Amino acid sequence: MADFWRRYRRNKGAVVGLVVLILVVIMAATAPWLFPGSPWDMASAPFMPPGEMGMWLGTDSLGRDVAAGIAHGARISLLVGAVSTVAALSVGVTLGAIAGYLGGFVDDVVMRFTEFFQTIPSFVLAILLVAIFTPTIGSVVAAIAIVSWPPVARVVRAEFLSLRSREFVQAAEVLGKSRIAIVLGDILPNALSPIIVLASLMVASAILLESALSFLGLGDPNLMTWGFLIGSGRSVIRLAWWMSVFPGLAIFVTVLSLNLVGEGLSDALNPRLARGRA
Amino acid sequence: MEAGKLPGFLARRLLKAVAVVLAIVICNFFLVHAAPGDPASVMAGQSGAADAVFMEQLRRQFGLDQPLHVQLWIYLKSVLTLDLGFSHRQQMGVAALIMERLPATLLLTGAAFAFAVVGGVTLGALAAQRVGSWADSFITILALTFYATPLFWVGLMLVLVFSVWLEWLPSFGMSSVGAGYEGWAHVWDVAQHLLLPALTLGLFYLAVYARLTRATMLEVQDQDFVKTARAKGVPEGRITRAHVLRNAMLPVITFAGIQAGQLVGGSILVETVFAWPGIGRLAFEALLARDYAVLLGVFFCTSVIVVLFNLATDLLYAIIDPRVEVG
Repeated sequence: MADFWRRYRRNKGAVVGLVVLILVVIMAATAPWLFPGSPWDMASAPFMPPGEMGMWLGTDSLGRDVAAGIAHGARISLLVGAVSTVAALSVGVTLGAIAGYLGGFVDDVVMRFTEFFQTIPSFVLAILLVAIFTPTIGSVVAAIAIVSWPPVARVVRAEFLSLRSREFVQAAEVLGKSRIAIVLGDILPNALSPIIVLASLMVASAILLESALSFLGLGDPNLMTWGFLIGSGRSVIRLAWWMSVFPGLAIFVTVLSLNLVGEGLSDALNPRLARGRA
Repeated sequence: MEAGKLPGFLARRLLKAVAVVLAIVICNFFLVHAAPGDPASVMAGQSGAADAVFMEQLRRQFGLDQPLHVQLWIYLKSVLTLDLGFSHRQQMGVAALIMERLPATLLLTGAAFAFAVVGGVTLGALAAQRVGSWADSFITILALTFYATPLFWVGLMLVLVFSVWLEWLPSFGMSSVGAGYEGWAHVWDVAQHLLLPALTLGLFYLAVYARLTRATMLEVQDQDFVKTARAKGVPEGRITRAHVLRNAMLPVITFAGIQAGQLVGGSILVETVFAWPGIGRLAFEALLARDYAVLLGVFFCTSVIVVLFNLATDLLYAIIDPRVEVG
């Protein structure tokens, strides 16, 4: 563990990313105390530029505090990012493990299925899914998970394919361990590092995807999100730049820090790769 | 690739493409059936837009009183004869609606793609020739930034800077309303309207292609055939163009194929921001009206575009790389 942290620390960007990410998490966790009351309520006069009347990021066209919207929106963004990543991981790891371990015909079928999902325009599918099953936080999470599992399946399959013929797996087979025990107890732990790196990047792209959906008006209508803030500020951008600029910066900072953390994890978990990279 | 193998290779790719398109149609069919409520009301669109007569007509058309597999067969037949249903809201066939909007989307995505490939490969080649130069840091920053920025927000920020503050470029639509330009004046007008949306859509891919080109060029530069060429006294410029760049193009083409779907998906957001009259904007309008027939049609159509684009990249790959594995 200490070794891991030493290697992680060597990547300066990753350390900055981790600090920023922790700050965002703290902001999300303390939003109800930082900005008590509903972010949907009128806090001041509409169209207040940043800094006026105690609204340091301004108010929107209905007098709602933009800063409160961003803090409360962080909760939804992080939640959706995390939950949909867990869902996508469970689908991707299961399919990838089955394909990689069993190989042959099963592998063929699973990989064709994965390829299909990678070919189709996934954002259009996500829109269609959320629209048809009506926008709720559940349908948004499900739609994001459905379009983001294929890369996991591919990575896990490749790992399993190379691990299953290794000696320690053969030894476990000779010992008479069941297939499930081998897959879960022997192979999966050895395939974890690429999955962890991928997961951090998936949270980032899930946050981007969620913001795009709620920008198009496909967010849960009861929840304040960053994409919703940008979408509602869009039509008045000529009058009030702050309504779309600040929530966008919040997305940018969060996603960037997640990506940096992902790079750091990759360096720390694959030390050989990190040294070789230009 | 040997000329004799090409037809077989193409035939296999075509077969795969057809399978993907069929799977999309089946996927659409089950989506309609999985949706809450009766499929006829899904196809007609919510919010009471449809009257009883139209609903009855839909039920008959889709054979909703028949068993599921018969319904699927009816649906497949109608889609494969390019009957994508009828938009009750727009009072127009879905296929006609999409065909009307398709050229604008193809222009936008085509321009964005060309910008991304030309700009990305140029920047990547520059960065690879001088590791650590301005081009090198520029693409690193560009990639980090655009990997983390929502596409629609990039568009809004470009509008804010170039249309609202600087007033250089239009932010809305495809041509000036009521200007009635003709000939080259019209082309110039459209080009001005195209610039911001195409930049928005293209910048992310420019960063991706630049990084890819840089990485592969650095890899290829050290290979034996390049050393041989250099030892034979081939001029440095020719080595870069004919030996290194040609090989570095291969992953760019592969990636372009993989990302075609994302490019088309991104155009929905960009067209929404810039009110560009393409199928992305059509999808957004359909979304607001919960016009599912149009949404399903857009999904089908964009998938077909992606499949066709993938076929084109496969073919291009086979032409550029004579060693390509056919299979």
